[in-house]
Amino acid sequence: MIKSIAELNAVKESAAEVVKTRINCEDTGVKDVLICGGTGCDSSGSKKIVECLKEEIAKAGLQSKVNVITTGCFGLCARGPIMIVYPEGSFYAHASVDRIPEIVEEHLKNGNPVKKYLYEETVDGDTIKSLNDTAFYAKQQRVALRNCGVIDPENINEYIARDGYQALYKVLTSMSQDDVVNVMLASGLRGRGGAGFPTGRKWQLAKDLVKDADQKYVCCNADEGDPGAFMDRSVLEGDPHALIEAMAIAGYTIGANQGYVYVRAEYPIAVRRLQKAIDQAEEQGLLGDNIFGTNFSFRLGLRLGAGAFVCGEETALMTSIEGNRGEPRPRPPFPAVKGLFDKPTVLNNVETYANVPQIILNGAEWHAAMGTEKSKGTKVFAVGGKINNTGLVEVPMGTSLRTVIYEIGGGIPNGKAFKAAQTGGPSGGCIPPEHLDIPIDYDNLIAIGSMMGSGGLIVMDEDNCMVDIAKFFLEFTVDESCGKCTPCRIGTKRMYEMLDKITKGKATMEDLDKLEKLCYYIKDNALCGLGQTAPNPVLSTLRYFKDEYIAHVQDKKCPAAVCKDLLQFSIIKDNCIGCGMCAKKCPADAITRTDYIAPGKKLAAFEIDPNKCVKCGACMDGCKFKAIVKG
Amino acid sequence: MVNIKINGIDCQAPEGSTILEACRLAGIRIPTLCYLKEINAIGACRICVVEVKGARSLVAACVYPINEGMEIFTATPKVIESRKTTLELLLSNHNKSCLSCVRSGNCELQTLCEEYGVDATRFNGEMTRSDIDCSAAHMYRDNSKCISCRRCVAACAKTQGIGVIGANERGFATEITCAFDMALADTACVSCGQCITACPVGALSEKDDTQKVLDAIADPEKYVVVQAAPAVRASLGEAFGYPVGTNVEGKMVAALRRLGFDKVFDTNFSADLTIMEEANEFIGRVQNGGVLPMITSCSPGWIRYCENYFPDFIPNLSSCKSPQQMFGAVTKTYFAEKNGIDPKNIVSVSVMPCTAKKFELGRDDQAAAGVPDVDISITTRELARLIKKAGIMFNQLPDEKCDSPLGTGTGAAVIFGATGGVMEAALRTAVWTLEGKKDGTPIEFTEVRGVEGIKEATYNVAGMEVKVAIASGLANAKALLKKVQAGEANYHFIEIMGCPGGCVNGGGQIIQPAEVRNFTDIRADRAKVLYSIDEANTLRFSHENPDVKALYDEFLGEPNSHKAHEILHTSYKAQKLSK
Amino acid sequence: MAFKKCAVPFAGTAEQEAQLKAVIADHKDDRGALMPVLQKAQEIYGYLPIEVQTMIAEGMDIPLEKVYGVVTFYAQFSLNPKGKYRISVCLGTACYVKGSGDIFNKFSEILGIKGGEITPDGKFSLDACRCIGACGLAPVLTVNEDVYGNLTVDDVEKILAKYE
Repeated sequence: MIKSIAELNAVKESAAEVVKTRINCEDTGVKDVLICGGTGCDSSGSKKIVECLKEEIAKAGLQSKVNVITTGCFGLCARGPIMIVYPEGSFYAHASVDRIPEIVEEHLKNGNPVKKYLYEETVDGDTIKSLNDTAFYAKQQRVALRNCGVIDPENINEYIARDGYQALYKVLTSMSQDDVVNVMLASGLRGRGGAGFPTGRKWQLAKDLVKDADQKYVCCNADEGDPGAFMDRSVLEGDPHALIEAMAIAGYTIGANQGYVYVRAEYPIAVRRLQKAIDQAEEQGLLGDNIFGTNFSFRLGLRLGAGAFVCGEETALMTSIEGNRGEPRPRPPFPAVKGLFDKPTVLNNVETYANVPQIILNGAEWHAAMGTEKSKGTKVFAVGGKINNTGLVEVPMGTSLRTVIYEIGGGIPNGKAFKAAQTGGPSGGCIPPEHLDIPIDYDNLIAIGSMMGSGGLIVMDEDNCMVDIAKFFLEFTVDESCGKCTPCRIGTKRMYEMLDKITKGKATMEDLDKLEKLCYYIKDNALCGLGQTAPNPVLSTLRYFKDEYIAHVQDKKCPAAVCKDLLQFSIIKDNCIGCGMCAKKCPADAITRTDYIAPGKKLAAFEIDPNKCVKCGACMDGCKFKAIVKG
Repeated sequence: MVNIKINGIDCQAPEGSTILEACRLAGIRIPTLCYLKEINAIGACRICVVEVKGARSLVAACVYPINEGMEIFTATPKVIESRKTTLELLLSNHNKSCLSCVRSGNCELQTLCEEYGVDATRFNGEMTRSDIDCSAAHMYRDNSKCISCRRCVAACAKTQGIGVIGANERGFATEITCAFDMALADTACVSCGQCITACPVGALSEKDDTQKVLDAIADPEKYVVVQAAPAVRASLGEAFGYPVGTNVEGKMVAALRRLGFDKVFDTNFSADLTIMEEANEFIGRVQNGGVLPMITSCSPGWIRYCENYFPDFIPNLSSCKSPQQMFGAVTKTYFAEKNGIDPKNIVSVSVMPCTAKKFELGRDDQAAAGVPDVDISITTRELARLIKKAGIMFNQLPDEKCDSPLGTGTGAAVIFGATGGVMEAALRTAVWTLEGKKDGTPIEFTEVRGVEGIKEATYNVAGMEVKVAIASGLANAKALLKKVQAGEANYHFIEIMGCPGGCVNGGGQIIQPAEVRNFTDIRADRAKVLYSIDEANTLRFSHENPDVKALYDEFLGEPNSHKAHEILHTSYKAQKLSK
Repeated sequence: MAFKKCAVPFAGTAEQEAQLKAVIADHKDDRGALMPVLQKAQEIYGYLPIEVQTMIAEGMDIPLEKVYGVVTFYAQFSLNPKGKYRISVCLGTACYVKGSGDIFNKFSEILGIKGGEITPDGKFSLDACRCIGACGLAPVLTVNEDVYGNLTVDDVEKILAKYE
């Protein structure tokens, strides 16, 4: 049990010895091998690598010389499974079981990193760079992710070694509730989950608005539902104690003794680690009664989401914790007045909380020094789609999209052209190339028709059809609409149907106009934030890619050659050697041989009957001579 | 008071008002669809949106509270266009067979569509499925007309504390159904019909039995007798343009006669009879150590609820049949015998403010003459429909009186239609019976009057403290019974009515749009009609009813006699339907 | 309205019932316990047929309709048993832009079932899921606990063959 600062510091000091190899890159004669146990790397087999590694190390008799540590996400998911060896910081990408014996023998035993398996960017002739010097990491600034990929998330002592629970101690013993509010206000921290409401203000309202509340609650939104966003999951998996500490601080600030974390059931690793962290914090007395011997008591409960995107909306999340259909409630009353179980409630998302202990320890000014005028601090983005370095990136607010996509993200694969970046998930919009250089912050994103959202950033290239993307998001919204209010229940359905008509070449320009009007109507009339922002993907694509819509409507063509009904497959006869593979693959017998023999070819070329073609693309996949084109 | 501006004009409204209420005070009507005061303030339909200066989007007036200095705009082009689009979207998923819809002319959606000049086909697309559930005896649900306002859900779950219907699935597929789409008849639905009167459109309706009535009247072999319940006269006029709270007793009788019934009688007669039986049953239970508290049994919705949800209270139920059933039983025994008519040829019709009566007439142990006591039960709404169809100009009818001998009722009988009325009628007779008539014998027991959901009173009757309680609306009944179960309250006599406010607000009454229900208390207005009839009546004690006296003298003997028991009493069974 | 009773007969055991009752008892004083109870019930039975929902409704003294309304709101809850092999194709944005929609359709075509359904032999069930967070491997799918990444349509038959 840790009941005093002396006890906390004692744990910190002894744990610091354990982590100094990887934190300070100190050569203590012992090596730390860190393997990512986040969902991405776990999916590509990191668990087996850990087992194999331990076996090999045992075989080589290196148990006392090598520690194997499973960590949270390193961020560079595209190169997973990731394995780092300290003190050198050697970065093994795409680690696999068959490479382990060699790495153990050569590197761990003989001290020579196995260059051929290292992440190519870290190898420059004879010099080997540490992962922190790679382009992917060098431009990042890790606050929320500072412990992810560094500590063992299942060991509370390692968190304590990284100043864990010092902020809670500071708050409980030397700050008033108002002091905390003032620090949060001055830090400029805004909610990382969507609309960017100032966190300090939120806490202040929950503290002040209802006098004599017999009960208040602190909630955490860990129901990360944006498709393609996984930053909250990474924090939960990699640094769960940061969340626990921050929620306790929030509890103290508003006068709540109970917190709930609402986490997606689809995140089993995160759920397990968070539960373990809560158990450890309780064992150590860092959750429970009279924390640090003060009269502040705080408990945390886990509630699992059950697959409803709308539960990311704050009132819906609370309705769900209450055991109901997760339907949003009208606001006001706001949660600060009437939230969970009708009591004053503060709700923040995981990333927001993850910043809190650092702000308390380093001061408001430290945080306010990062970012732009109105958006302070850093932001984590889950970068995905058509980009080389898929993964998690934390950068100061105000970093440009170009930096994130080209410098950190390594650009677009296969030399394709950048077309758009989608931020803010189904509530956000698509950002075209002309805005690649604007500094990313809350207000700029809204000004260009998108939003920060939780931080999903999906890159699209020339092969993506923007109408199809808009339709994809609308399909998602229709699926995930709770069905309570008319604009969202019926309006988004009608929007989807109109988009479907457009992608099938059956729409008119009047439909386009009707679609746009319906978008603005839904923005103005829907009950909750999800509904109000549902038209954003359509509005932003209409704004920046209207010519693509018009091509679908007027020319009945899909410029990116995605929308099947508008596709024409044809054979360039001069490229066709007449092998007949395409005709064999065709499920519709739409391909037949012609009389034409192309110059230099021996057999007559084939052609496609557009009336029989079902546009499956099998012929194109089967042609080795690039003789089949679509468009 | 809070200072606000509505459409540029300074106004005041009480603190805590919603924009809807504040605008109403200022003479601005804002349309609503999903909003039902107290039970359904969910801001879902979005028809009530208005602009508020400084707000990011339009706000729902029904749930948005006013605050000092707020500037509200209720009819800007954006507001009007938004409401129109909302209606058009609703129509895109609505079965627009308005011409043949039972609610045509009394449909809240139709009214608004007319006001906003909608384009009914602006949005076309997939529609949710359209199965019709007609399994229950009293009503059908046609979800192709449902607009998902959830007023029925609130009526069922909140007003009645039952919740056998609810929103299922999500998004566009959201539908109001029973669990697992099971048939309503297989659930513990009590047939109260509160969902029907809550429905703004034609998705829910009573089963129309008017054709059966017309067929019976047209059949020369049949002797068709009609009774009309007390509460019907307090609501029927609303279908013919009279304001809520108009007494149309005389015209109702005249209309029934013109429809061709052989005899037009009054349920008031059997209400008095019920008191004779029930008051004596109560006295008997008190004197002989019977099961107490005794609970009234007039309301078939309540009876069904008790059998399903509180079977432990079945011994507490009075064994008296309801006035509807007593009336039928007397018609087919006493009246048939007296007039030499074969009971098999009598068609006993009732006009009721109630949908559960359609269910009640098919219950077991409700056939005193070996044939059903009551054959057809129609609601107030169906009677209005019959009158209109027959071309009877209701407003021009003379006031007429019911036929004899089953057409006489006292003031004690007519107040049966309001919550507390049965209790008051019983108290009048009980006090008289036990203490004897003297100067100052109380007639009015005002403590048991009023629309509150649960009322309690204690009276000294012949030296004994008698504790009574009254509940109306089944959620209130549930709360009261839980208290009794937990031993937190003790009563001798409890009156329970299934519908809030009693029969005046029954599920079979004329449907008033939410716009009326949200701003006037139709329960109180209709109850006033009954109390004024009572006050004007020279007979105010059930046992003073001369026709009832004659019935006992000529036929039944004493109240609670063996014969009375055979004809006027019934039994109950615990039910295990899906709750 | 067709009564939605599960086609597969309910085969709950007394042991499962005891487990469920214990779960309900555990959450007796827990506010808003319906969701955790349903999640546990689905762990015990694999799905939530009317028999299970009725036990929960009675045990927690809430209307069956309320339980059913919650169950049908959340994608995680299932009224039907899942297959021996549960195929779950990620249709999150990152996977979608890399063609997971086609992969899903291929499974649907080969197995002859739609999302949320189960093959008549009970072997495979097919679901679309939202981002499982393995975007680095997009497009991805899971079969029970196994994760498959970097897929093309051609991999579909190969994956199915592994479970035949």
